[in-house]
Amino acid sequence: MISYIIRRIFYAIPILVGVNLITFALFFVVNTPDDMARAQLGVKRVTPEAIGKWKEERGYHKPLLYNAQAAGRGAVTETIFFEKSVKLFVFDFGRSDQGRDIGYDIRTRMWASLAIALPVFLVGLLAYITFALLMAFFRATYVDFWGVVACVLMMSISGLFYIIGGQYLVGKLLNVVPISGYDEGADALKFLILPVLIGVVSGIGANTRWYRTIFLEEISKDYVRTARAKGLSEIRVLFRHVLQNAMIPVLTGVVVVIPLLFMGSLIAEAFFGIPGLGSYTIDAINSQDFAVVRAMVFLGSVLYIIGLILTDISYTLVDPRVRFE
Amino acid sequence: MRFLSPLAGRRPGRGASDHTIPRVVVFGMASFLHRAALVAAALVAGCSGAPWNNPHPVSQSGGNILYSSFSERPKHLDPVQSYSSNEYAFIGNIYQPPLQYHYFKRPYELIPYSATEVPRAQFYDASGRRLPDTAHARDVAYSDYVIHIRPGILYQPHPALATDEQGRHAYHDLQPGDLDGIHAIGDFRRTGTRELVAADYVHQLKRLAHPRLHSPIMQLMGEYIVGLKELARELAESAKTLPRGGFLDLTRHEVSGVQVLDRHTYRIRVRGKYPQFVYWLAMPFFSPVPPEADRFYAQPGMAEKNITLDWFPVGTGPYMLTVNNPNRQMVLERNPNYRGETYPGEGEPGDAEAGLLRDAGKSLPFIDKIVYSLEKEQIPYWNKFLQGYYDASGISSDTFDQAVQFTGQGDVTLSDDMKKQGITLLTSVSATVFYLGFNMLDPDVGGSTERGRKLRHAISIAIDQEEFISIFRNGRGIPSQGPIPPGIFGYREGREGINPYVYEWADGAPRRKSIEQAKALLAEAGYPNGRDAKTGQPLLLNLDTTATGPDAKARLDWYAKQFQKLGVQLAIRATDWNRFQDKVRKGNVQMYFLGWHADYPDPENFLFLLHGPQSKVRTSGENASNYENAEFDRLFEQMKNMYNSPERQRIIDRMVEILRHDAPWVWSFFPKDYTLHHAWVHNRKPNEMANNGLKYQRVDPALRDRMRREWNQPVLWPLAVLAAVLAVSLVPAVLTFRRRERQTAKA
Repeated sequence: MISYIIRRIFYAIPILVGVNLITFALFFVVNTPDDMARAQLGVKRVTPEAIGKWKEERGYHKPLLYNAQAAGRGAVTETIFFEKSVKLFVFDFGRSDQGRDIGYDIRTRMWASLAIALPVFLVGLLAYITFALLMAFFRATYVDFWGVVACVLMMSISGLFYIIGGQYLVGKLLNVVPISGYDEGADALKFLILPVLIGVVSGIGANTRWYRTIFLEEISKDYVRTARAKGLSEIRVLFRHVLQNAMIPVLTGVVVVIPLLFMGSLIAEAFFGIPGLGSYTIDAINSQDFAVVRAMVFLGSVLYIIGLILTDISYTLVDPRVRFE
Repeated sequence: MRFLSPLAGRRPGRGASDHTIPRVVVFGMASFLHRAALVAAALVAGCSGAPWNNPHPVSQSGGNILYSSFSERPKHLDPVQSYSSNEYAFIGNIYQPPLQYHYFKRPYELIPYSATEVPRAQFYDASGRRLPDTAHARDVAYSDYVIHIRPGILYQPHPALATDEQGRHAYHDLQPGDLDGIHAIGDFRRTGTRELVAADYVHQLKRLAHPRLHSPIMQLMGEYIVGLKELARELAESAKTLPRGGFLDLTRHEVSGVQVLDRHTYRIRVRGKYPQFVYWLAMPFFSPVPPEADRFYAQPGMAEKNITLDWFPVGTGPYMLTVNNPNRQMVLERNPNYRGETYPGEGEPGDAEAGLLRDAGKSLPFIDKIVYSLEKEQIPYWNKFLQGYYDASGISSDTFDQAVQFTGQGDVTLSDDMKKQGITLLTSVSATVFYLGFNMLDPDVGGSTERGRKLRHAISIAIDQEEFISIFRNGRGIPSQGPIPPGIFGYREGREGINPYVYEWADGAPRRKSIEQAKALLAEAGYPNGRDAKTGQPLLLNLDTTATGPDAKARLDWYAKQFQKLGVQLAIRATDWNRFQDKVRKGNVQMYFLGWHADYPDPENFLFLLHGPQSKVRTSGENASNYENAEFDRLFEQMKNMYNSPERQRIIDRMVEILRHDAPWVWSFFPKDYTLHHAWVHNRKPNEMANNGLKYQRVDPALRDRMRREWNQPVLWPLAVLAAVLAVSLVPAVLTFRRRERQTAKA
């Protein structure tokens, strides 16, 4: 297994280089280093000299990908792409274009993202699987029919509606929890109730339907019929047999997102005033801070790759037939 | 603690358990959920009687605190770099430049802040001979501004000024490991203070030239302040000899035009005559910064922890930044060392009647703490304002109808709901101008020919600004007749203030000329019915804009309709801000939208936007229309060196007339700002220039707490009903489950 993991890590390197290259190309197609300088220096009274100085200080005065002026390796290494990308591979994110330490910002902000994403993930998973099993149990009855109708309805509603509607209903009309905001430690609890609730509810439609499909497919298999024929109760059939055998497709979708929980939610964090990494990324895009965008995309890619490796490992835990060969 | 759940009086009695199983399930679950909700809420509220939805800590109840918000984190808090209103909202209350604007008087009036008086320029000719105050600009080689600082002003407590038992700076020689466990400025154990001295102002002036700080006004001030350009070159050379990020000690360098005369007096020498210079003395760029702060923050390890002057200011103003977590919250607290300033006793007519002068003579500031919370979206902010958790709010388009209504006479008044909550509406015309600019280098719409001028006038008449303001700004704006907004010297009201090329005076008010007159002008320009008289081709004009999205589409469609009234086709070229700036800079636009907010209340700060030598294409200046008119440019040079006087007004009138005649802009509108505040907030008055108004404001925390409790009683019955409905809907499912479990296999 260790050799498999090492092999996967080596496979990740060209993927990360590719991701970096694509991010770099996309960013600089839209923004020139001059644009970045203007975004940081402001709108009023910005002189070409100030822009030139800003670029030089941060190394944005160099060519993007190929330095025709430099000799030898310098043609590749003395470029913006090389200088800004290499350090990422040792997780040295450097400083943002505003001058702040990106690693410090990530370390402080990821906890806020996690404070929402983890409960939404865990409570959501429990709720979705429970609802899906319930619907599978009551398949072909009014519970299943209206459950599917409700799921389709809930899937059809925009996530933004859940947020705004939830804030208005729970925070404004019922006055039960704050509409938005954040605090640290135990004081964060009252701010987390609403976003977690909305996060779970907004995912019920799509996720319950997805899991229901998996469970129904499993229920129709021969071993289930055999289990029933043995006289096992439906509960036992569902939880001991169907759930266990449905774990591979469930894990495929679930384990891969676990590392990404750190990255936060772009929209929810903005609406609830949560100072997480989602809003950090959005702010960086809005302010054309390439250093932060690049770091966050890189981090997201790394976490996604970790998620995929964890998924593979988890297969061996739930299905003895899977081997790393 | 009170709970308003109707279920509280309707819980099932003991007999409930004797009923059938489903009823036990229903009422039992409802009761359980209800109790759980109560317990959870009690935990949240800490049994303090505070509303459950209060986003602020219960411990702050009754505190002399103002609650506000910010939507994006400030980029710079270093006064040498900061140049935007969202940054000034903080540092304007922390730093203390020599001058400030009178909070109440209009027109805006400069008064001393840390200075003992507003300095008067002393003029000298090239030989150093003192000239009279009335000297003509062409005779003046230098102007000296001698500024006396009030003795006894102290800095806020700060670790950069802390000393140890031996009187040495406690944190100026940090060793590796000393910063372990320190993540913010408040983590340093010791703080200290010292008296503000003139050298601190001189130090800040040197910082304008610092090669790594990129002050946006360096180039402008380099033209005026003697020796500043030379200092910039000298510092750039010195910086090259330092390791990357090494400390550049400004105390080892001098700027020849700025001298410390004594402990509390310094002099700034400015080239020529520049009356607007005093306005700059009221801006944070000219605030004092102690050299100790630069030395303190330059130590290794500080920047890595984001502990910089750009993040943690050191000021002498009424407030100090004690929490700077721009990801969540920023907190200003009263500077315990601030004293000596009292609430003004004078204002403009009506201020006393409005109760704004009741606190005259009392010591400032009134409020102990200002809590700014990050609020990126308008909807949560607005709802929290209505709940009483923010003390003041602007009005967005989304909430306009909810907040404001128009009377039969067209006056603006608060809606009944707002009145019921005791909310007050304040309105003011912003020192801002929005315009549609023509690129004067463009062969079709530009140029100084009669043809181009008539085309521009025709378009100016056709675009109905009154309709635009009514539809798209809910009436929040006044159509502009020229570049100078109301409240700024040079603005003319009434008949003499109208633009005669676009309006005529009728029934005591300006009336836009008819579309027929615009069509006639278009025909005279060579485009009868919007077609080129020579080729017969329809006239197609391009408008560059950064506006996108559904709201912008409605506005742009409206603009296209205005051009259609003339038979002219309008092509909208939507582009992002970067491309837009690039196109304007290269002159690759035909028409464009822009606006300008004044730095200071002087007509020069608006008229320079059309000054020929500041053409965007030629000099990267702020004249985005690349307008040039020899007479206008000559008058501008003359006007900018004058103090306000009838003579200056006469020159401005002539300049405005030239602009109206040449029409390089479609004079669009001056926006009106609408702000709301709750009944517990006092002494608020819109001031477009002052950025230190917090110290005058006062809150009534007891009233706020009472109103919050009244407005935010938790409503629990819908939750109980929901729980009951869910429980009831589960009953048949449970029955089905049991039936299935008991039934035998089917044949």
